Amino acid sequence: MFFNSLLTNFAALEVGQHLYWQIGNIRLHGQVFLTSWILLGALLVFISLGTKKMENDPKGLQNLLEFLWDYIRDLARTQIGEKVYRDWMPFIGTLFLFVFVSNWGGALIPWRLIKLPSGELGAPTADINTTIALALLVSLSYFYAGLSNKGWRYFEYYVHPTPIMLPFKILEDFTKPLSLSFRLFGNILADELVVGVLVFLVPLILPIPVMFLGLFTSAIQALIFATLAAYYIGEAVEEHH
Amino acid sequence: MLAFNFFGATEGGLFDINATLPLMAIQVVALTYILNSLFFKPVGNVVEKREKFVSNNIIEAKNKLSEVKKLEADLLTQLQSARTEAQRIVSEAESESDKLYKEALELANNEANASKEKARLEIESQTSAARDQLSKQADDLSELIVNRLILEK
Repeated sequence: MFFNSLLTNFAALEVGQHLYWQIGNIRLHGQVFLTSWILLGALLVFISLGTKKMENDPKGLQNLLEFLWDYIRDLARTQIGEKVYRDWMPFIGTLFLFVFVSNWGGALIPWRLIKLPSGELGAPTADINTTIALALLVSLSYFYAGLSNKGWRYFEYYVHPTPIMLPFKILEDFTKPLSLSFRLFGNILADELVVGVLVFLVPLILPIPVMFLGLFTSAIQALIFATLAAYYIGEAVEEHH
Repeated sequence: MLAFNFFGATEGGLFDINATLPLMAIQVVALTYILNSLFFKPVGNVVEKREKFVSNNIIEAKNKLSEVKKLEADLLTQLQSARTEAQRIVSEAESESDKLYKEALELANNEANASKEKARLEIESQTSAARDQLSKQADDLSELIVNRLILEK
């Protein structure tokens, strides 16, 4: 009896249900866009507030934004290299900020209090579409970075130490976006599920350490995603001798 | 009833991939451009301007420091030469005064010797004169005594 009610209540977590938006022939996951617009809107407001009055002696919000900028620059510079990191810093930074804001927004804001007709609001990165979109963008950018920096010599990378590497390197082009998207998706979804289940089972105190762990995982996943994206781009533009 | 049955779901499910994917990609690309113009460019300009300012100041300070060190060394050599010059002057003056002292001493010695000699000569002459007079008086007296003795007889 108890187990049965547990299962029904598990269903209340509404895993894999979506708020569908139908525009013409295409169908969208509305809850993903709703949360992403709210979070990105907050991010943009935060950033425009911080950059409104830039001074040489940074104060308050500008300090934080400069720290963030410096952090992203260091990340891009160490992974991509001194020569082209400037071109890719906005992209890497956007990935980092988008993933970070999505993860933390999903974990910190009590979205479940807002009732939707179907599905529920949560981290945009807990939807496979978002993570695949990000991963494919990373794939496109490292191809573009390699081709625009080295021309056709980019393909030397595939046979770099020896031609034996060719099949593995081709395989890598598929595993890179796959691992990027599924790592992020899996971590964030798992965190949401664990917290959801724990809140349902023991609504007091016990979920708090797991929530903190979730925040930690969220931040780490953002860092991992941005670092790997930068590393792939750096690998593509690296000169072999 | 059980929502974990997500594989094979015709509608919904965790792996339901649809137009959300390309739209999200477009949204992220747009976000990249927006963040570039709102965040990365302006903050980068400010930070890099400051970094340039700081590094310029450091270079300037280093130049000034080396200049100061050069001036310090210059002053040190000047001080050294002034010191040796002063020493030379002092030792010169010392030897000069020494010479003068010796000269004066010699002069005074000579003078004293001369006057001593003169006095000695004078004493000698006076002594001899007195002795002559005395012996003459003795002669006179002896003659007088002799004469008296002779007369009385």
